[in-house]
Amino acid sequence: MANGSEEMSKRQELTAWNSIRVAVTGGTSGLGLALVRVLLDRGARVAFIARNRDNVERLMRERMHARGIIGDVSQKGDIYSIAIQILGELGGLDILINNASSLGPVPLAPLADTNCEDFELALQTNVLGPFRLTKALLGALAASAREGGRPLVVNVTSDAAINAYPNWGAYGASKAALHHMSEIWNAELKSQGVQVISWDPGDMDTPSHAVAVPDADSTALKRPTDAARELVSKIANLILPVREATQ
Amino acid sequence: MIPANVPIQRPPDARLLVVDSGGQIRDMLRSSFPTLLRLGDIVVANDAATMPASIFGVHKRTGRSIEVRLAGSESIFHEDVRQFTAVVFGEGNYRTPTERRPSPPELRPGDTLHLGSLTATILQLLSHPRFVLIRFEGTSASIWEGLARHGRPIQYSHIPTTLTVWDTWTPIAGPPVAFEPPSAGYALDWRTLDAIHRRGVHFATITHAAGISSTGDAELDARLPFDEPYRITESAARLIRLARATGGRLIAIGTTVVRALEHAVSIHGSLRETTGMATNRIGTATELHIVDAILSGTHEPGTSHHQLLSAFVDQRTLAKMDQILQQHAYRTHEFGDSVFVEKFRNRERWTEPVEFWAAKSRPQRQVRRCRNVLRSGPFRRF
Repeated sequence: MANGSEEMSKRQELTAWNSIRVAVTGGTSGLGLALVRVLLDRGARVAFIARNRDNVERLMRERMHARGIIGDVSQKGDIYSIAIQILGELGGLDILINNASSLGPVPLAPLADTNCEDFELALQTNVLGPFRLTKALLGALAASAREGGRPLVVNVTSDAAINAYPNWGAYGASKAALHHMSEIWNAELKSQGVQVISWDPGDMDTPSHAVAVPDADSTALKRPTDAARELVSKIANLILPVREATQ
Repeated sequence: MIPANVPIQRPPDARLLVVDSGGQIRDMLRSSFPTLLRLGDIVVANDAATMPASIFGVHKRTGRSIEVRLAGSESIFHEDVRQFTAVVFGEGNYRTPTERRPSPPELRPGDTLHLGSLTATILQLLSHPRFVLIRFEGTSASIWEGLARHGRPIQYSHIPTTLTVWDTWTPIAGPPVAFEPPSAGYALDWRTLDAIHRRGVHFATITHAAGISSTGDAELDARLPFDEPYRITESAARLIRLARATGGRLIAIGTTVVRALEHAVSIHGSLRETTGMATNRIGTATELHIVDAILSGTHEPGTSHHQLLSAFVDQRTLAKMDQILQQHAYRTHEFGDSVFVEKFRNRERWTEPVEFWAAKSRPQRQVRRCRNVLRSGPFRRF
């Protein structure tokens, strides 16, 4: 009986995801790629954004239903091009996952050795990019709320946003800004029915982590797929009414 | 009026000329617009985002440069992005006034147009040498990418700087289906929406594919507005019905909202979830069935937008509004000042407005003083 009810709840959730429109930035590697795959498996309508055309087209060949968009969220001039394509392809938006990220200087460096340009890139990618894209898509997210949805913006952050790790200055400072911006967005957008959260996936075995910590033991790191499943479950709890009903 | 030539959506000194249902006229700062609303009213705005509908390219048969301005679509749905009506210009750009733009080469059905990464075929001429039905090749994804990368916002010569897409999206913009901005919505920033909400006023949106506002050709302009598709969702229709049933007024943000709602009601008898094609022209003879007031731009006499206001007020009041807008140096066009016009309680027996005091055009010095008075807050009655 318990299994039957669990199966029904799973079916209900799959049905609920069918109408959910999600955009994921940085969608062709690491956590972003895992999120695109997990969300598509759940039945969501997914647009993903990445800079490299070959990578975008490769993922579109792998997953026929994914809508790939080529763009760089760190570039102001790309934001509305990305927004037009997300809304043109999906018709609206329920969830925006700002996942694309820059480490700043590579290899990582103390702040005193960090070039201003590298710091700027971290801020452009990790703070201004999510700010601009959220702002461009806010009309669509608020419309989702007026239509009875529970729109959500997820900003992927890091424990480096909270803890002061040497050599992670540009990244940590930008993620701290992203975390705080998320909380302010969330307070301001309550009246519009739009939730904004920041979420720390933990240390994952991703290309980005390998660049930041080349000698890390990858077997001790979280798999991106596991982190993606965690986030998707969290999202389901926040936005899907069916989950509330079954809890 | 003065053409607003800077693309700032909400200048702090934007003005609002208010005509109430008794015919009284006054002006105020547009940012105070929420104070005109009452508990239980409903504000309805158009949430269409503006696509970059101007695309430069080459007419393949002649090799000549052209600009294609997408002007209309049969469908409001985002996936229907292949087929559009379009106005085609010859060489040049927005810096030349539209009416002085060179004609395109002779256009024939079957002609190919290369527009950046996009390729389109002319399917049909629409009773005019520069007005055509075109079809893009490729998937909807490749067409959206082509529009996003190579399209620019449609622009006119009164703004000297090149517009970017973000200049043309209202804060509430969602589906990119409009060809020109539903610019009355520029007034609605999120602070204003919060203020509206705090006053116990409802807010709903419809989606209406606002079409092109000028073609540069008098004969074609006389056909404006072209047919425009729209969508009213169940939740918007329900909220509007609820507000109206409980005595709230319906305030339309922009002419497109008036056109869509009145069209829907004329077809269905009441407001309900629907998609439709607004073919109606609203003017003196129109009886408004659902809209009680409009927040709109300041429009020049002779335009279809100006004509629409005559459904709210009589010709005499409209003429008085025009005179005040002119004499008090209101700014016009999409980034200009605004009007708020309530439907007269009785269009046949309206109250004579108080004569406004400024009978002559004022010099610029006085205009500046007038704007400074406005900044300090007190309403001016005319």
